[in-house]
Amino acid sequence: MAAAYRSGRDGQSPWAAKIREFRLAFTGLRREESIAGYLFLLPNLIGFIVFMLFPILFAFYIMLTDWSLASAPTFIGLENFETMINDRLFWKSLGNSFYYTFVAVPTGIFIAFWLALALNRKMRGIIFFRTVYFLPQITLTVAAATIWRWIYQPEIGMINHVLEWFGIDGPKWIHDTKWAMPSVIIMSNWQGIGFAMLILLAGLQGIPEEYYEAASIDGASGWQRMRYVTLPMLSPAFFFVIVTSLIGAFQAFDQFYILTEGGPAHATTPLTLYIFQNAFTFFKMGYGAALAAVLFVIILIITIIQWHLARRWVFGFDEDE
Amino acid sequence: MARATKTQGSLIGQRQVKILMDLFTYIVLAVVGIIFIMPFAWMVANSFKDIRGIYTYPPEFIPEVWHFENYTEAWTMTHFDAGFLNSAIVAAAVVLGQLFTASLAGYSFARLRYPGRDKIFLLYISLMMVPFTVLLIPLYVQMRYFNWISTLQAVIVPFLFTPWGTFMMRQFMVTIPRELEDAARIDGCGFFRTYWLIILPLTKPALATLAIFTFVNTWNSFQWPLIVLGKPKVKTLPLLLASFQNQSGMRTPWHLIMAAATFVVIPVLIAFVVGQKYYVRGIVTSGIKGGG
Repeated sequence: MAAAYRSGRDGQSPWAAKIREFRLAFTGLRREESIAGYLFLLPNLIGFIVFMLFPILFAFYIMLTDWSLASAPTFIGLENFETMINDRLFWKSLGNSFYYTFVAVPTGIFIAFWLALALNRKMRGIIFFRTVYFLPQITLTVAAATIWRWIYQPEIGMINHVLEWFGIDGPKWIHDTKWAMPSVIIMSNWQGIGFAMLILLAGLQGIPEEYYEAASIDGASGWQRMRYVTLPMLSPAFFFVIVTSLIGAFQAFDQFYILTEGGPAHATTPLTLYIFQNAFTFFKMGYGAALAAVLFVIILIITIIQWHLARRWVFGFDEDE
Repeated sequence: MARATKTQGSLIGQRQVKILMDLFTYIVLAVVGIIFIMPFAWMVANSFKDIRGIYTYPPEFIPEVWHFENYTEAWTMTHFDAGFLNSAIVAAAVVLGQLFTASLAGYSFARLRYPGRDKIFLLYISLMMVPFTVLLIPLYVQMRYFNWISTLQAVIVPFLFTPWGTFMMRQFMVTIPRELEDAARIDGCGFFRTYWLIILPLTKPALATLAIFTFVNTWNSFQWPLIVLGKPKVKTLPLLLASFQNQSGMRTPWHLIMAAATFVVIPVLIAFVVGQKYYVRGIVTSGIKGGG
């Protein structure tokens, strides 16, 4: 409405104004700069359009088709989404994705927080420990999962051997439907904790020393300093870690593929693996794309919820905007 | 000063508390550190055992006899030389390509004025949030149309540009003082020469961050190569490592697999130790993870 009103008063359409602006950008002194601007952007923009914008739009079409790649796609409307409702494996994998995400992320962040607190103390050799905790993070997941697959072997694996020292008869880990998911979560946290730890550590180091001094002068105990200085000041870092970890956890794939191959009895098949199997094992491109759309919507909703909740608990959240 | 002497008594008490706390922290850090290092140590130790040593129970940590030949055996069994070459080509091409396209576009977004610039930039950052899982299927179909399945192009070309890296470059370049460029422009430098001679040298820290990130991510990349690289000749290291454990029969040759895992992990560990500073900074400022 406002735009229509404005263009009516000026007596020209917004398009005419845009074209004029465009023409102006290519005359006189600004000409060279505009040309350079577009030229510098061009290699990047081509890649962006061809390998990102187009595939995303293409995905919208694929999810509405039945397509095995062997023949031309058949347009079937929303049928793929109807199929999903009665697909037990879809619900199972969806549940697995939630199980994995909402156990692995909180436990990982909890441990990372305590590690970050310990690493924030002014002591010798801290950098060494930081590097050690970070090493699994840069190790490729395929190699990490391979090592852990062996560590989890019920008969010859290291974990059950160590448990035996304490007189515990260890479970069958990745071969047990109940223990398979916890096994993946333990391995993922071992690998991924360095990331959360590093962000939280950077957050801790950003808290001015004076705040603690002021709190001490006011007679705050250790717990109170934690509750009223550390946690509020660290909340932006927490927010960041939670949002990125949740997004990352929903997309986890490699560890499931290598460590458990989704088994036993689909106990560790998350949505990502189910998408992969549908598209590249059964060649159901349409169904796979529809599942991927569901995954995207879930990630989007959870991220939006996070941003809304953030106003309540993240320190200085509104001021950023 | 006066106040300091007055509280001297309690300061000594505090110092003792600090020493105790430090000691406690060290113990905790060391125990956790051992847990973190253990899988690596286990990997290396077992890469030197023979098949009997692997299946001995209870397991021995230090191998009885050191079998260095495991490494040569694992290497030839899996054609790792080709894998190394493939991985190196892919990583080098993607790193160089991203540095070029991201810095050039970053400069364009940060400094040059032209119509539509901010709208394009907004589109970039909004699509940055789309998970790669969504792109898998359409991109795969596209690769088939291009006839790129089982060629290295499929794992190089789509990754020569990076919205995230472009964003990072732009944010970094915005902070460079304008006066430096203005001086160059007055001296008659064109835009490309200004970018090349003035902006790029000042952007080195951001370029280093992007380079090391992209290297680690590309080297470790698994899901996409798994989908598009079917033929053994074009497989990258993670794929070879993965298929190695599947092809082995009843008694999994864990000693060879561990040897293979060891030399796949090593280049990344070296890259990390060399570029730790930039990698850590990149994580802290952008929060993009490695791996995956």
